[in-house]
Amino acid sequence: MTKHIKHHLTDDLISGYSCGSLTEAVSLAVATHVSMCDDCRAALESYDALGGGILETVDIDTTQDVSFAATMAKIKALPDAPRTKPVATNVPAPLVDYIGTRLENVNWRPIGMGVKQAILPTSKGAIARLLYIPSGTAVPDHGHNGLELTLVLQGAFRDESDEFKAGDIEVANEDMNHTPVAFGDQDCICLAVTEAPLRFSRMLHRVVQPFLKI
Amino acid sequence: MLGVTENRHNLRPDRNVQDHPPNNELWVTLIAAVQESQDTHSFERLFNHFAPRIKSFLMRSGADATLAEECAQDVMATVWQKSHLFDPARASVSTWIFTIARNKRIDAIRKQRQPQPEDLYWMEDHEPDHEAVMSLQQESDILAQALTELPEKQRVLVEQAYFGDMSHSEIAKKTGLPLGTIKSRIRLALDRLRHSVDVKTVK
Repeated sequence: MTKHIKHHLTDDLISGYSCGSLTEAVSLAVATHVSMCDDCRAALESYDALGGGILETVDIDTTQDVSFAATMAKIKALPDAPRTKPVATNVPAPLVDYIGTRLENVNWRPIGMGVKQAILPTSKGAIARLLYIPSGTAVPDHGHNGLELTLVLQGAFRDESDEFKAGDIEVANEDMNHTPVAFGDQDCICLAVTEAPLRFSRMLHRVVQPFLKI
Repeated sequence: MLGVTENRHNLRPDRNVQDHPPNNELWVTLIAAVQESQDTHSFERLFNHFAPRIKSFLMRSGADATLAEECAQDVMATVWQKSHLFDPARASVSTWIFTIARNKRIDAIRKQRQPQPEDLYWMEDHEPDHEAVMSLQQESDILAQALTELPEKQRVLVEQAYFGDMSHSEIAKKTGLPLGTIKSRIRLALDRLRHSVDVKTVK
């Protein structure tokens, strides 16, 4: 889909997704990036092929038959699968279940300095949120206690390490302190996933952090 | 072919792949028959091959027999219902069914949603390139064969990662092996598989 993607998923994330060992929030970031990036889709398909090989060669427990009749009964009871035509959307497919089909309709909550966020409902272990950062604005200087994934959906940001544009994903670990600044014609919208709460460097943010859930 | 002679002593006689050589091109034809004409007979042949494998896969992942039976039926029902989404130029049938079974496992055992990448709706606009399909399906045969030829220690680790609700660090806890060792063994196993697929494809 996007040919200019420079920043990709790590091997650990791709294999973790294939094995099914990631949290829902991290899987969401992986699935969204893969929907935008042909290279990472191909890499994921390789790991899935290995899973296919495992399924093909698994030792079969011959005492365990699966009922064909019961399966056919299930199939007969299935509703006709609606083959829906894709609707006009500017939201990558995996995110549609969480935020709907339009980025303009996200239910934002302001968190200061023009920055807005929307926390997505995922199971625990990691938090997924959308961040809206007006062009020219910085997200407060922060470090984090665990893995942080930032996937650009619209616009662009830069930090100490590089520039990140639509489709790019930044994979940051705990020893990285960075200050992302949005730039360019459009305001920046990112999917940000954190495995542990961010720890903001400044006192004020440390005080308000529990209330803002950031 | 190096891997084959070197590791022959590691082949396990009970591996089902020995009795029934992998035949991905056959499965592709059967899925097409299910998709085009809802052919129950073709589906039953797929079912007889894959349903017991799915059930064993789920039981190895920690499901009891009742849950695994229920889930294996659901997975095969999904195979029937979504056969139009199978793309033989991008995956073998076993790979496609593996992803459905994995998602079912996450949903049923971990009670967690698994967000999916966007489907590429290939059926709607083009016929798959026959050569691409052939070579992908043959590679998948070779990969499955290569897996059975891995040294036992590496094979067990790759299996655990895929059966798993187990991260590498959980495997470390269970096997008592240091995390670094596990990561390097898995990497070694993957390199070996890649190498063996490359060598056989070139031939």
